[in-house]
Amino acid sequence: MTMTRKVVRFVDQRSGSAPLLRKIARYLFPDHWSFLLGEVALYAFMVLVATGIYLTFFFVDSTKDTVYHGPYAPLQGQHMTEAYKSVVDISMTVKAGLLIRQTHHWAANVFVAAIILHLMRVFFTGAFRKPRGLTWMVGVTMLMLTLLEAYMGYSLVDDLLSGMGLVIGYSVGMSIPFIGANLMEWLFKGPYPGQHAFWPRMYILHVLLFPILIAVLLSVHLLLVAMRHHTQFRKKRSQSNHTIVGVPMYPGQTPRSLGLLCAVVGVLFLLGGLVQINPIWLWGPYHTYLSTNGAQPDWYLGWLIGALRLVPGFDVVIGNYTLIPNPFWGGALYPMFVFGFLYFWPWFERRLTGDHAFHNLLERPRDNPLRTAVGVWMVTWVLLVLIAGSSDRVYVLFDIPYVPQIWFYRFFNLFFPIVAGFGAWWVCRELQKGEPVEEDRELAEAQARLAAWSSRRQSSET
Amino acid sequence: MSRAKDILLSGLVLVASRGRRKPRKDAARIVPDAGPNPGAETAAILLLFLSGLCGVAFVVVYALDRIPHQTQFLGLAIGGAFVLLAAALITTGLKLIVTEELADEYPPNEHPHEQQLIADVVEESGSRLTRARLFKLGLAAAGGGVAAAALTPAVSFGPFLRIKYFFGTPWRPGRRLVDENGRPWKASDIEEQDFYTAFPENDPDREALGAALVLVRLPKASLRLPAELRGYDADGILAFSKICTHAGCAISLYRTPKFAPDSPKPALVCPCHYSTFDPAKGGRVIFGPAPRPLPMLPLSIDKQGYLRARHNFDEAIGPSWWGVRNRSANP
Repeated sequence: MTMTRKVVRFVDQRSGSAPLLRKIARYLFPDHWSFLLGEVALYAFMVLVATGIYLTFFFVDSTKDTVYHGPYAPLQGQHMTEAYKSVVDISMTVKAGLLIRQTHHWAANVFVAAIILHLMRVFFTGAFRKPRGLTWMVGVTMLMLTLLEAYMGYSLVDDLLSGMGLVIGYSVGMSIPFIGANLMEWLFKGPYPGQHAFWPRMYILHVLLFPILIAVLLSVHLLLVAMRHHTQFRKKRSQSNHTIVGVPMYPGQTPRSLGLLCAVVGVLFLLGGLVQINPIWLWGPYHTYLSTNGAQPDWYLGWLIGALRLVPGFDVVIGNYTLIPNPFWGGALYPMFVFGFLYFWPWFERRLTGDHAFHNLLERPRDNPLRTAVGVWMVTWVLLVLIAGSSDRVYVLFDIPYVPQIWFYRFFNLFFPIVAGFGAWWVCRELQKGEPVEEDRELAEAQARLAAWSSRRQSSET
Repeated sequence: MSRAKDILLSGLVLVASRGRRKPRKDAARIVPDAGPNPGAETAAILLLFLSGLCGVAFVVVYALDRIPHQTQFLGLAIGGAFVLLAAALITTGLKLIVTEELADEYPPNEHPHEQQLIADVVEESGSRLTRARLFKLGLAAAGGGVAAAALTPAVSFGPFLRIKYFFGTPWRPGRRLVDENGRPWKASDIEEQDFYTAFPENDPDREALGAALVLVRLPKASLRLPAELRGYDADGILAFSKICTHAGCAISLYRTPKFAPDSPKPALVCPCHYSTFDPAKGGRVIFGPAPRPLPMLPLSIDKQGYLRARHNFDEAIGPSWWGVRNRSANP
């Protein structure tokens, strides 16, 4: 009996799992590069958990006032919160602390980016269709939780930028009609800034509650994928809605996936070591009465700052009751619309097309021009609002005045995405029309080759 | 001596020789055999050892104190270790392991028989209940009660009906304005073309939303204060809440006309979303998302020339909420 066999016997005799393990080992992975995006997100999440646990050993979740007397001269003698001081210490005095902190921040960026690209892949290929509607909804929920989790992560640091970000978030909360002020007072234990109660709350949300929520949803997401098996493109004739063709988990897929895991971890550590991100010691500590010009959030919140900037200055007021305070439009309603669209699109598409069938085969974007057009409209809109959020940087870098830029975006961002959607629809139709021509050409070429070959054969035979 | 030679020789043999495994006797393999790929195998082995070396390098760099660019070298070492390991694994996956492409059935779309069984089990299990509706009502009552009890402790997080908190500011009639170091501001300190931050004297909580002011001085002739704010200035010195009425950031930009008269007039600007306020018109919004003017604090100059608050702000400070226009911020 070989060693391997003995190990398998050991496990099977104690768990009875040999039939299950055999099935798992030969579970099939259809092959396409875009199927790896979700995996990248998973691995970035692992890096986030690992580096995050390390950071918790050094971070102090307190906004108690303290005076800095560390090695970094420019902050010498400055008043700051213990939270900010602990992160400066992680960056300056804890050995390898800066590497882990920067890797954590880079991993957050890669995590969000991978989720968004994965979501776009799933959307544009129709992978969300029956029987995977629940998987899609769990995924969209995870994206929402991830954005909040990342926002709380850089708010915890309490540097000048993070404090400005948090007070904007607080103001958006205050702007919720009817209950905003009460909700924020309850959550922050009084008006913010100027309260210390929120820090330990945000800390436990960031390091425990949200990671566990995300991990649970991640498990459900992966379990649902595995129960239904992965979708596939039709690259071979044998691939159909009933038959899956792919590489088995073991031995084929295992080294590839582990390789991708190591590649993600390696690249994140290289970024964390070599490419500076969020140098909080340069921003200085947050105080209510301070702010800095050129403040930008991390890119994945840029669409919200853009939306907040584009809304003209008005509150909806009835008498002296403020019904809808201004930040609600850009900071709350706009993201609610985008996420509402994501949640309800599968249902809406079913209503629109009457297609209630089960689908294991993916569509290419051109196969469904309507969906592609709607998707391009949405992506372009969010992207343009994000770009509008950087208009102050455009002003500084290219000397294009700020006010005309905002007026331009206020109109352009509404109609251009529609144009882009129609453009995408047209491109899809043209690509579809081109396909029979392409097939005819290939067929004719094959026939010509066959004819040439057979005539050569005949001439050589005679 | 000869023993050492033996050990060295056997070691070399171990490293250099490529073991040829005998093929399994039974021909019924599961994973097909595709023969060796010595080049890829050498590459993979080399990459694995290099990865291990990088891991050791990380430990060495960590142990060395005070080398320049330690973070960079640490990142390079551990990142390199993982990237090399990735390269080894991917080489293994693509070149050293047979890529099987297998076909299998997708799981059935649904299982009507099992569905029916589950439904039957659930429905039959309640056959002894004679007042099923009342029972369900009881379940709902118990669930609701327990849920309410479980959620109630969360009320302790903070107050949620004490709306007066949002109107509180530390400004009182006669209170002097001081700078960051607690030194009282004199009217003569405030010059045109610049802006200043002020706090209430002897107030411990500068982080409170209502504390910080922004001061500017404009030529008296250029003031166009609305009727209800007339006289809020002290000899052309104007005091506003430093907190933007849009999203609570601090107003920290002052646009002043350096090349009058063709450049735009002076304006206070919030750097978060670029709400722009006209100090000459009592903080009126000229551009950007802010929905309300900057609250203004009426000033006076005492006999020694110090700036003092005459009373509280004319309006509630901070971002908008449902009651922000309900009553004045005056305590």
